[in-house]
Amino acid sequence: MDTMPRPTTISPAAWGRVRRSRYMADRALKAVCLLFTALGVFVLGWILLMLLYQGISALRPEVFTNTTPGPMTKGGGIANAIAGSFVLTFLGIVVATPVGVLAGTYLAEYGRGSKLAEVIRFVNDILLAAPSILIGLFVYTLMVQPMGGYSGWAGGVALAIIAVPVIVRTTEDMLRIVPGSLREAGAALGAPMSKVITKITWRAARAGMVTGVLLATARIAGETAPLLFTALNNNFWFRADLMGGVANLPVMIYQYALSPYQNWRELAWAGALVITLTILALSIVARLLFRKETAR
Amino acid sequence: MVALSQKLLVTSMDKPSRRSPSFNSDQIFRLASLGSALLVLIVLAGIIGSMIYGGLPAFREFGLGFITSSVWDVQRDEYGAWVAIVGTLTSALIALVIGVPISLGIAIFLTQLCPPWLKRPIATTIELLAAVPSIIYGMWGLFVFAPLFAKFVQIPLSGLVEGLPIFGTILYARVPSGVGVLTAGIILAIMIIPFIASIARDILDQIPPVMRESAYGIGCTTWEVVRHVLVPQVGVSIIGAVMLGLGRALGETMAVTFVIGNANRLSLSLFDPGSTIASRIANEFNEAIGLQLNALMALGCILFLVTFSVLVLARILVARATVK
Amino acid sequence: MSSIAVDTSSAIGRSVADTAAPVRIAVRNLDFFYGDFRSLKDISIDFYDRQVTALIGPSGCGKSTLLRTFNRIYSLYPEQRAEGEILLDGQNVLSPSIDVNELRARVGMVFQKPTPFPMSIYDNIAFGIRLYENLPRSELDGRVEEALRKAALWDEVKDKLRQSGMGLSGGQQQRLCIARTIAQQPEVILLDEPTSALDPISTGKIEELIEQLRAEFTIVIVTHNMQQAARISQFTAFMYLGELVEFGPTNKMFMTPTKKQTQDYITGRFG
Repeated sequence: MDTMPRPTTISPAAWGRVRRSRYMADRALKAVCLLFTALGVFVLGWILLMLLYQGISALRPEVFTNTTPGPMTKGGGIANAIAGSFVLTFLGIVVATPVGVLAGTYLAEYGRGSKLAEVIRFVNDILLAAPSILIGLFVYTLMVQPMGGYSGWAGGVALAIIAVPVIVRTTEDMLRIVPGSLREAGAALGAPMSKVITKITWRAARAGMVTGVLLATARIAGETAPLLFTALNNNFWFRADLMGGVANLPVMIYQYALSPYQNWRELAWAGALVITLTILALSIVARLLFRKETAR
Repeated sequence: MVALSQKLLVTSMDKPSRRSPSFNSDQIFRLASLGSALLVLIVLAGIIGSMIYGGLPAFREFGLGFITSSVWDVQRDEYGAWVAIVGTLTSALIALVIGVPISLGIAIFLTQLCPPWLKRPIATTIELLAAVPSIIYGMWGLFVFAPLFAKFVQIPLSGLVEGLPIFGTILYARVPSGVGVLTAGIILAIMIIPFIASIARDILDQIPPVMRESAYGIGCTTWEVVRHVLVPQVGVSIIGAVMLGLGRALGETMAVTFVIGNANRLSLSLFDPGSTIASRIANEFNEAIGLQLNALMALGCILFLVTFSVLVLARILVARATVK
Repeated sequence: MSSIAVDTSSAIGRSVADTAAPVRIAVRNLDFFYGDFRSLKDISIDFYDRQVTALIGPSGCGKSTLLRTFNRIYSLYPEQRAEGEILLDGQNVLSPSIDVNELRARVGMVFQKPTPFPMSIYDNIAFGIRLYENLPRSELDGRVEEALRKAALWDEVKDKLRQSGMGLSGGQQQRLCIARTIAQQPEVILLDEPTSALDPISTGKIEELIEQLRAEFTIVIVTHNMQQAARISQFTAFMYLGELVEFGPTNKMFMTPTKKQTQDYITGRFG
């Protein structure tokens, strides 16, 4: 007589005990979050469209070959600003990368657990988020005043100071990911610490570190405030000794967009388009590179 | 129990000839790394030092009244920081009020609600928004947003509240140009949204899945999981993220300079133009000499102090996120 | 004596403990500290030239810690320190006057997790050589090939020396790490659970390899697998809670252990 007990049916009224209001609140949340996200995407689209619309209509071949025009001058281009931006960004990254990589290496490899490293890490995070205009003021006091005038060097240094904390952070983060067993294997062969770091650990973290440098480049390429008091802007090609100010896109855009001249404003849009596309391209390339390398 | 044998210890016969790897280059590398790391400290000290050095004359001249005075007169060489301070704080506050809910909404969407195929494109979009230079936001704000804002918000709203007790002052635009403190706050909000959203997203991503699963397991709806489980878990870190956004909003220069109108007078209306510390410095520094220069440096001092405190607080609240 | 759960019949005859061999490493009164915690207590033990000595014992007994004192890899971590004497060819390797890097070239180590460097197979092997010797290309090629042959890997990789070492299978990667160590022509090779992360077939290949390498190198192997210890070692040391409980020829240890603790461990009473 081993029959299984008959299951008692659950009366339909037992379902549906959940308060309607809970589902309504849930749906409200989901709707709000979706709305906000759509808003974010929408705004980006709007900005990019605006840039494309205004910028493309201002693009003519002369834009890339002529220099920025003076007041009351017709036409003109932004070639010198593009070249200047290139030089300043390059200078900034060339100075920032060795400093940033070495500092990040110190924090990750030599400084584990040391109080000094903790302090440096803390200060680095502060610098990372500091208003860039204050950095411009600092370099003004440091270099422009003593040197008697604006220069590409001051501009490059200001950009470097902005780039260093970014590179320090990404370098340290990427080096920390490298497993300790790899370092031990290098040390077990009798390699001194500097060799283990440069030949093994750096190589293992290479992709991430390069990405960090690219992202830092994208960041400083668009910075305006620090250049306002260091490299300023002018209508000429940069001088070989980089003294006397260097034309650059961000400050040019700032000055020309707010001006009363039609051709100036158009050039500002063209410059804005050029700089935004470059930065977006850099960012995308950096992320693709990182994804490709770490997927291996 | 060890076989302590006193046998011959082997001397290696054919040892390979080894040169010892240079001790010096190892030390040099270490010193170079340490030096670079110390440079970070030196730079911060330099920034603080130069701010104080440049601003001291202004503080000496005006005393602490510099902070509360709303006079900014270049002709009479009389300066006070109050207008700029109020503008900075107001625009940043507006940015937070608008930006934080939207950022959190996006972060929650990305981590809890988003279908997997949509996650990467949207996350990338948000990251690209963060990469757009601030000057572009300024241009968009001035040339696209401001006219629309003037036409569809300022004018109708001004007509509506004219004469009313409180709102009649705060929301009334004498010259509806679209620029002003509120506009600046809105543009700042748009700027800090991708920033806070990606930090909040990282924070939420790090919650172990078991926490969510156990909440869903007892029948919570998504909203309840967020409200009763996720937010309490990481609430402190989220506040830290918000503070980081605040720090960003306080120091932002270019986006604000385009749309704040750069007025020297204090006005009670949000629709009127104002000034922030950063925009004031950006506007006047290059032509400034003497005491005006010092006054601007002093403004920089104040900005640094405020931002520094906010960032330190944020750093304490946000446990340093481990690597993605 | 109750039945031993280990079949040593295949091990007997395969490798006979040669107690007449000279002593390569002599450990005297070794203590090891993690901060204040003393994890190795007064260890004294001899390792004989060109014999395989296995260190066995339950988790946490200190066998890996002991292994890692021989090449002073622990000095990468400031809170770890060793006191006592470890004599390699009569010299105490714990003394501060010893060049730690050169020590590590003479006493090589292979880890539990295969750790190929992020470079080509060729460069992986050449890395250790280049640290100490300035060889012309042809000679370097020869040394790389020699190391790969001794590690029984040459045939499998000879056509892809330029490819990344990280593209090899787990067992191949481990043999690569062994080849890398051998390339430096060390006197002693330390193996820290080298096969615990590998599948049985790779494990078998590496065990064969160890038997071949014994002809040239003194080998100390940490293993948590008693059967492995019985298969490949001539001497075995049983450790428990930081102390050396028993040490002797493998056959004797497994067939007629002197201490009850040893017997209990070997028969699986605790693990």
